[in-house]
Amino acid sequence: MRARVTLGAQGGRLRRAARARPALAGVAFFVALAVALLIAKGPNVFGQTTVFGVVSGSYFALGAVGLTLVYSVLRLVNFAHGDFLTFGAYMAFVINVTVGVPLIFAILFAIATTAAVGVALELVMWRPMRAKGAGMLPLLLMSIGLAFVIRNGIQMVAGTAQRSLRVNDTSTIAFVGLRIGRTELIVVATSVAVLTSVGLMLRYTRLGKQMRALADNFELAEATGIDTNRIVLATWILAGGLAGLAGAMYASAVGTFTPDLGFLLLLSLFAAVILGGIGDAYGALAGGFLLGLIQEWSTLLIDARWKVAVGFAALIVALVLRPQGIFGRARAV
Amino acid sequence: MTLAAISFSAFGQPEFWIGVGVLAGIYGIFVLGLQLNVGFTGIINFGQVGFMSVGAYAMAILVLKAHWSFWLALPAATAIAVGAGLLIGLPSLRLRADYFAIATIAFAEIIRYVAENARGLTNGNIGLLGFDSSWVKVSSSIQGWLSTSEIQLPLLLVTWALFGLLTVVMTRVQRTPWGRVLRAVREDEDAARALGKNAFSYKLQSLAIAAALGSVAGYLLALDLAFLSPDQFDPSVTFTGYAVLILGGLASYVGIVAGTTILWVLLEGTRFLNLPLSAAQIAALRFVIVGLVLIGLMAFRPQGLFGRREEMVLGG
Repeated sequence: MRARVTLGAQGGRLRRAARARPALAGVAFFVALAVALLIAKGPNVFGQTTVFGVVSGSYFALGAVGLTLVYSVLRLVNFAHGDFLTFGAYMAFVINVTVGVPLIFAILFAIATTAAVGVALELVMWRPMRAKGAGMLPLLLMSIGLAFVIRNGIQMVAGTAQRSLRVNDTSTIAFVGLRIGRTELIVVATSVAVLTSVGLMLRYTRLGKQMRALADNFELAEATGIDTNRIVLATWILAGGLAGLAGAMYASAVGTFTPDLGFLLLLSLFAAVILGGIGDAYGALAGGFLLGLIQEWSTLLIDARWKVAVGFAALIVALVLRPQGIFGRARAV
Repeated sequence: MTLAAISFSAFGQPEFWIGVGVLAGIYGIFVLGLQLNVGFTGIINFGQVGFMSVGAYAMAILVLKAHWSFWLALPAATAIAVGAGLLIGLPSLRLRADYFAIATIAFAEIIRYVAENARGLTNGNIGLLGFDSSWVKVSSSIQGWLSTSEIQLPLLLVTWALFGLLTVVMTRVQRTPWGRVLRAVREDEDAARALGKNAFSYKLQSLAIAAALGSVAGYLLALDLAFLSPDQFDPSVTFTGYAVLILGGLASYVGIVAGTTILWVLLEGTRFLNLPLSAAQIAALRFVIVGLVLIGLMAFRPQGLFGRREEMVLGG
């Protein structure tokens, strides 16, 4: 992306410096909070909580990346994205448990089928709506309708019973006194690798550059000869595939799931996207980890049952204070 | 494939239709607020269920924990909901439309988590009971006057009387200069501001009134069920409200009457389909229908069944 303009902290006053570099101020506040918690709660408790935060942060990040891609390219806030994750989890379940194929192939199947759903919906719903020049509210409501249909469609077929994939969820790895589940570690690593690759893809490949061109100005991109329909289709393949991956990974690591999986996760995915700055793969990664850490660290101060609400409060605060995201550049939002 | 058989026996039962009518009336009042926000002010409020929840819980908590009179608790609950509307509107109404939508849904979800977790006040998932004894007395005397055995008939009459009254009031209000400024804000906020109108303040008032309407729907729902629990207030209530709103047509209060009646007959009608489905599957089917109604309307008739295209085309 573009080089970030560095502003000097004129006058040396803290307040003005904070205004000139809000990201830095945010990070400074966050580090101060971490140090305070570390001192107050001791390294072991704090460290373990941080590990939990990183784990749930990687779930959020992996789930959020497709959401942020679709938003930046199509200006579509896709309320059905969470239910794409659910769809992925159930597709993995069908192959992994019903048919009995190893999990890795089940995950590949989940990626392929969810990407196919993304493509199908683009062809029958989103493309005709774009051709009609539909505004924001119709598209929002359509994605909400779609979310209802996918979630409850799955519920009609699969029922509300808790399901689990065949995965070893009990073996843990210990490191300097901190524990992390083996499956959880795999998800963290996958999440970082996938989001970094998406970021690199956006930065360096032809497809990525074209996607960014569409994100900047759809009509202008079309006028310069980019085949926008092809790029939009590629965006849906990517977003759907990543949602399928995220759903299957989340279902493996968490252990059990129901048709509500994606619906319950959706607002946290929005929070991750908005905290990190909408339309940015690295932003989704940072926003996801930030949200995970905020939620888990909050359990050191107040009862753990409030942590989801704390995440939503962080979402509102982020929207109000810095709608362009922590690392985003200020522009009209 | 045979057509699903429909058993008509229950169709003739008045208590069933009274139940449908009560729900349709409650959602009608709920959607009056959405109409004011979306249809007449152009702000996308996705948190209406939050105000409904605040209204219902505030009423029940004031009656049960603070031992207020039920009749005093009703206006107090509405005032608290209005306060919640101002609280969420003040910081977030300056945001772009889609961010505002996300902020309001986050607000409604926070309310639901508070209802679930502030157990001292709300009893959490166990729920609240017994806040409606004053109403039950009034209800049974109305039943006496009408000499009917239908227990829910008084609530049906009160709900629809309120819905009718509020629809007339809102239609009237919309014709005042105040209502015309709201439409100006919807059409072109900058132009309204250039004419010296404080667009932000008008939006805030619109949200506060929607919150008040939401709270009325909230305590009517509490009376209908005689029970309050957090899962009655999940975001699908708001979106079912949007299905009613679009069915009836944007920028038309009277359309809501048709919208809510059609949707609830459709939803409750699923009970008479003799499909080989379990109760959970029927519940899911109802939401599939809500989803399909939303998608179908957006694709083929975005102005709604009764909306006029020239008044309001769903734009940006």
